[in-house]
Amino acid sequence: MVPLLLPATGIAQQTQPAVPVPPAPPVPSVPAPANPNVAPRFLVVVDAAHGGNDTGARISDHLLEKDITLSLAIRLRSMLSAHGIGVVTTRDADINPSPTNRAETANHSPAAACILIHATATGSGVHLYTSSLAPTSITRFLPWQTAQSAYVTQSLKLSSEIDSALAHAEIPVSLGRTFLQPMDSLTCPAVAVEVAPLAAGATTKSTPLTDTAYQRSILDALTAAIDEWRTDWRQQP
Amino acid sequence: MISKAQRILFFSMLLAAVVMAAVLIRLRERAEDRLHGVQGPTLAVEPAGVPATPVTLLIPNDADNSIAESQRNLPLPQDDGARARVLLEILLEAFHDPKSTHPLGGAGIGGSKESIPGAGKTHAPDIDEVFLMPAPQAAGQRSAGKMAVVNFSAAFAQSHPSGIEPETLTLLAVIGTLHANLRAITQVRFLVDGRQQETLAGHADLTRTYLAGETVPAGVGN
Repeated sequence: MVPLLLPATGIAQQTQPAVPVPPAPPVPSVPAPANPNVAPRFLVVVDAAHGGNDTGARISDHLLEKDITLSLAIRLRSMLSAHGIGVVTTRDADINPSPTNRAETANHSPAAACILIHATATGSGVHLYTSSLAPTSITRFLPWQTAQSAYVTQSLKLSSEIDSALAHAEIPVSLGRTFLQPMDSLTCPAVAVEVAPLAAGATTKSTPLTDTAYQRSILDALTAAIDEWRTDWRQQP
Repeated sequence: MISKAQRILFFSMLLAAVVMAAVLIRLRERAEDRLHGVQGPTLAVEPAGVPATPVTLLIPNDADNSIAESQRNLPLPQDDGARARVLLEILLEAFHDPKSTHPLGGAGIGGSKESIPGAGKTHAPDIDEVFLMPAPQAAGQRSAGKMAVVNFSAAFAQSHPSGIEPETLTLLAVIGTLHANLRAITQVRFLVDGRQQETLAGHADLTRTYLAGETVPAGVGN
């Protein structure tokens, strides 16, 4: 059963101050800690799309989207962990959690960034998608189907960060917005990263998705972008 | 021993049941005839004797995740619902061209779907129907515009390439083409084979109402 409401994780429980304090700073990207003396942990949720009976797109005769997303997600987790970044994955095997279960996993973390890994045989390079929901402010409770609306502004910033890292790696990038589950139910800055083969162009040569060097360059760029995002995240009030 | 009156009552009721069954069967046949008349291929045929009018088609490009306007002169029916259906049939027909920048009939979701061979008119219909109705509004607000309910055929959804980009581009092209030519259409919903479906081919959400005036400019990739 899909929950109708969920708590907005960006709202922190605060004690009443003894003296007047300045107005509250802009809404943080992650919930404030219960104990202000303990620094919040920077956590990233990595969602490998599809799985199990849901094979996703057929990339080639021998490659399904569900397999390449899982492979990329596991490798991204290893690379982020090597950088000291905590990672929560929505699946580690060939199973297909429902969009609701994936969103619950992410929303309970709580995460400073949510990366949804997809793959397609169409287009070229990497497609970055953020939610089409109109931005709203964080409230105590958010509708489950549109919870991402409170994080759209931050999601666009994260997307821009990833765009810069991919461009630095000379990987073609296109940006877009769409309605996508479970992204629209996530209470974290969320970006869907859809990887596609490289088409031959002025600066690129035709490269299949199975090319390990191509995959590595995408994962390196994602790791660099999330590392940079961590720096920005720590500098937030 | 069954009395004569009971036998007469029994046969009268039996006769009434048979007559009612015949009437119901006939009514069902007439309803099916009416439905086939609405869904028939005649709407897809360019109406004879109608002057061509300028129309705008939004053509996606998978290579750079963009949508471009294409102006054409086409004879269209006067009825808005029929006009919407013809516009979408022409738009989606262009996607079946092997040289299209947004080709259909590629790999489908689930690994069990076959591409539609050939091009031109050899494939199954892409659109079953387009319904127009007053756009629902929040309480206290005046109704503005119409909602188009686009009913894709099952064959179209099965043959559609799977991916966030191709699915999103298709929806944006459909929404944009409807709004560009029929300004009264402000909202669009999608069905597949008459039923609500979670996604088009595994990604783009079909359970939502798309706002025609806002979706295209914001959603078109760069």
